[in-house]
Amino acid sequence: MRQAEDLIITQVDLLIVGAGPAGMAAAVEARKHGLDVLLVDEQPSPGGQIWRSVEAGEGRDDILGSAYFEGRDVSKAFRACGAGYLPNAQVWQVDRGFRVLLTSQGQPQILEAKTVLLASGAQERPVPFPGWTLPGVLTVGAAQILLKNAGQIPVEPVWIAGSGPLPLLYAVQLLRAGGRIAGYLDTAPAGNWRAGVVYLPGALRSARDLIKGLGWSAVLRKQVKMVRHVTSIEATGADHIESLRYKVRGGPDVVVPAQLLLVHEGVVPNIHPALSLGCAVSWNSAQHCFAPQVDGWGETSVENLFIAGDGAGIAGAKAAQLRGTLAAIRISTKVGRLDHSAANGLAGEVRTRLRKELAIRPFLDALFPPRAQIFQPADATIVCRCEEVTAGEIRSAAAVGCPGPNQIKAATRAGMGPCQGRQCGYTVTRILADVQGRAPAEVGFFNIRPPLKPVTLGELAALAGRSTGDNQGLFEDTIGSADPHVVE
Amino acid sequence: MFRKLHESDAPVAIEIDGKTVSAEVGESVAAVLLREADAWARLTPVTQSRRAPYCMMGVCFDCLAEVDGKPSVQTCLVPVCDGMRVTRQCGKRRI
Repeated sequence: MRQAEDLIITQVDLLIVGAGPAGMAAAVEARKHGLDVLLVDEQPSPGGQIWRSVEAGEGRDDILGSAYFEGRDVSKAFRACGAGYLPNAQVWQVDRGFRVLLTSQGQPQILEAKTVLLASGAQERPVPFPGWTLPGVLTVGAAQILLKNAGQIPVEPVWIAGSGPLPLLYAVQLLRAGGRIAGYLDTAPAGNWRAGVVYLPGALRSARDLIKGLGWSAVLRKQVKMVRHVTSIEATGADHIESLRYKVRGGPDVVVPAQLLLVHEGVVPNIHPALSLGCAVSWNSAQHCFAPQVDGWGETSVENLFIAGDGAGIAGAKAAQLRGTLAAIRISTKVGRLDHSAANGLAGEVRTRLRKELAIRPFLDALFPPRAQIFQPADATIVCRCEEVTAGEIRSAAAVGCPGPNQIKAATRAGMGPCQGRQCGYTVTRILADVQGRAPAEVGFFNIRPPLKPVTLGELAALAGRSTGDNQGLFEDTIGSADPHVVE
Repeated sequence: MFRKLHESDAPVAIEIDGKTVSAEVGESVAAVLLREADAWARLTPVTQSRRAPYCMMGVCFDCLAEVDGKPSVQTCLVPVCDGMRVTRQCGKRRI
């Protein structure tokens, strides 16, 4: 283990967390204004999830399509911009001021920054249904990452169940790659087109995206068994999924053999880092999720802390780049590298393009709402994957008067495992809201405390050695909170 | 469960529970686990149920395994290196 005195504290103008479209665009813009920039990222190479492994994926351009390899130019620009880049880095604590604690290649590090931009993107919405923890059930996003990162596809015909552009896109990519689809269960509720049509005029401003989406649907209708208005699904099996049961609105249960099931019900902002810093969030009813409150530049309720990209509300990769650029412009002003009028001048054109990108969003949100089953799963359904807590246990705790998600956590252990509520948080909020007749916005989300990722005691101890110097008390928050994640 | 679309130019060997398996530098350890006949990563601490990589983006923690002696590693975030030793994680970890 590295000795404490060997730890290097780096101090930068801007520290960016996440090397997706927003983070890379922000780094490039901030470097134009001469800022000292460091970008840290969990992945081994730039791209985020949307452009995962884009630098290595050249052989798969025909399968993945143009929106994927557009990321290659962005990563090239990022690599050339002069920003520091720390890949394979797990950020597990961000303190106001700002101090970032992370582990990279097994070594803990401390970084200091005048400003921080969280560009940590989105995750797929948790989709609890009976059997969703069985091996052989993955998210559609996971399958697409496997295609991008490892060039691999399912061996057997796969069932896809979900709502959203991503399952449509992945299904098309899988067919192009020579994969087989056993069936596509469309879980978007009936009436979604009627709900969406009022937003169509706005969406027409993004005609290119609309045409692309209609093209995917047309391809699938010709080649794949499509089942519409699926209201519930269930996977069964001993150690692996063996069969899939689904119900169509008003119809009987259908049971089919299944070896692989991919599920998806949209994406939600990755709000854990923002919540751990105490950023104000608000409920977005169109996207069924919490999103950090940010101003027109992406600055949060915490001064000098910015969020750009899907982490500030789902808007897609192109909007993420523009929001990253806007944040970097404002940050450049804040650290004294750009005057206000120049910043406003630069931002004007970016905002015009951003408005155009955002125009399709209300249409997509209305067209692809998540199915209701995932918000009110049946009692026997596991909600907390880590601690194996069922919907029934959470409902019972809600019924006896647990006032909020944190009390549910204390009473049931839901949210106490290593994922820290990333897979159960929204379901706990929804069940509480339903049982107690409250709105999700009022119920709120789990309190999120560091460490944001599991950390070994060895890593903590290596850093704690520093607290004898000018960093006295640095780790009181982490050690004092005694969250079980520390010892996982 | 999954298969590669291409032959690797320069395959490397890693160990999964003592068995030697071919892999490709740069792909995630979880991707290799999903090509195994027994495609799972860990047994849960509560009911000893099998779990396999589920999200592949670092948010579900179901792909946790021991990698080169370090427990509870998110294998979907760790790229393969030659000679890596992966052990499926069964139940609770040591502190």
